[in-house]
Amino acid sequence: MDLIASNISHSFGTLDVLKDVSFRVRSGEVVAIVGPSGCGKSTLLSILGGLLQPNAGCAELAGEPPSGSLNPLTFVFQDFALLPWSTAEQNVEFPLLHTGLSNAERRAVVQDALRRTGLSDFANTYPKQLSGGMRQRVGIARALAVRPAILLMDEPLSALDSQTRELLMEDFIRLLADGSMGAAYVTHNLDEAVRLADRIVVLSRRPGRIREIVSVATPRDRRADADARARLAALQSELWSLIRDEAIDAEREVVHG
Amino acid sequence: MADLDLNLEHRQQADVDKRPVAFRGAGFVAKPSARAGWTALIVAIGFWQLAGSSGWINPLFLPPPTAVVKSIYQLALNGALWQHLSSSIMRIGAGWLAGTVAGIAVGFAIGLSSLARGVGITFISALFPIPKIALLPLLILWLGIGEAPKIATIALGVFFSTAISVYSGVDSVPRNLIRMAQSFNVPFATIVRKVIWPGALPSILAGFRITASIALLLVVSAEMIGAQFGIGAFVLQAGNLMQTDQLLAGVVILSIFGLLIGHLLDWLEANLLHWR
Repeated sequence: MDLIASNISHSFGTLDVLKDVSFRVRSGEVVAIVGPSGCGKSTLLSILGGLLQPNAGCAELAGEPPSGSLNPLTFVFQDFALLPWSTAEQNVEFPLLHTGLSNAERRAVVQDALRRTGLSDFANTYPKQLSGGMRQRVGIARALAVRPAILLMDEPLSALDSQTRELLMEDFIRLLADGSMGAAYVTHNLDEAVRLADRIVVLSRRPGRIREIVSVATPRDRRADADARARLAALQSELWSLIRDEAIDAEREVVHG
Repeated sequence: MADLDLNLEHRQQADVDKRPVAFRGAGFVAKPSARAGWTALIVAIGFWQLAGSSGWINPLFLPPPTAVVKSIYQLALNGALWQHLSSSIMRIGAGWLAGTVAGIAVGFAIGLSSLARGVGITFISALFPIPKIALLPLLILWLGIGEAPKIATIALGVFFSTAISVYSGVDSVPRNLIRMAQSFNVPFATIVRKVIWPGALPSILAGFRITASIALLLVVSAEMIGAQFGIGAFVLQAGNLMQTDQLLAGVVILSIFGLLIGHLLDWLEANLLHWR
């Protein structure tokens, strides 16, 4: 199943946020969305996921979701969005409650999602008892439980420390390796973008327009190799040079705005 | 080399004048101390007893604690305590329950519906500041002399505070949790039941604490205006007859009743909000 952004424009009151943004997330593909602060990355993801109606253009789906998918477009949130009154297990079960699965089926799905994210031993713990990384793992397990076609990830690692970010990045790479799930991955971290994405959409400063769509030629499973690292570093520099001046302008706009 | 020697000499000289860094981080963290509280209470009661039994204070104006305890004991023995207490508890229970159920329903409607919010907040803003006991004569006119106007007064007092705490609680539920639920296509009723209700519960329970006090205040006031039985009526009668030991017995009973309600709410919070 493909996710298509068709000429999306959006404004909040008189503030233009997005202008005529079009691109496609193909089945099994990971597309990173980068750009200066305030360029509308998260707004774009909300529109793609149906949580916000754009002023112009639309988000479309093409093709059928994989069989058994309970929620083809599934978010992983920056702030985890876990129910604090529910255990890890109950949080993962939450999106399944209305799906018509039997208790036994639900339990099996939840156990599988917890196992895939290394949370089997933490099923009965509450979010406040978990570290930031483990909370995000619960968020990922919840997303996996509904067998999505495309994950919509809104800076999922930005609230975490660098070591936890590294560990979760490895998890993402592993989970997305077989191509059964695609992803739209919003980040301000170019290192994450070049390590995870097949293509990178670079947005301009507000109102966000597409400046460039950059392909990452190196296969994801070979990006940890020494020679690939040099190429990715060069690509990261190239991306930064595209963004840098506008990032400075955006920062000054925030400070003086 | 000369520089190194100079540095060493400088350090040795400085070490002669060593002193600890003064701790400046004390205070501003109040720690609860149950022992201090109980001790202060016992000392206060002891002082009260001493003042009464030694004749410093005329017992007609302030009878000693032993006289108050004796009065409570006698009231319990002759059955008057249970008669007054059961009347008050019935009024509080019925009024609080009616006001709470209506307040929760209206509070949720205001929290979830733009139309209900527009209408509800206007009415609540206009009617909330009215002292509800002032409406008792009107309620007696409407509902007749009996239990109904007293219960209605308590219900009105409880209703407004409950409605406000409920819609404030609904407003305080993190929007990201609602968006998360919507992103999984969770139906409206499930979002209300599984996200908004538990999210608003801390505010609702805090509201219960306030409405319990309001109910206690209103039951005493209403019983002082027009009731034969009830702790408020008993306190008023005792005051009129200058039976200050019985008057204080009524006050102590009210205080114990308030404490018990407080403990019940503590227990509810500990069980329902253990996730915090």
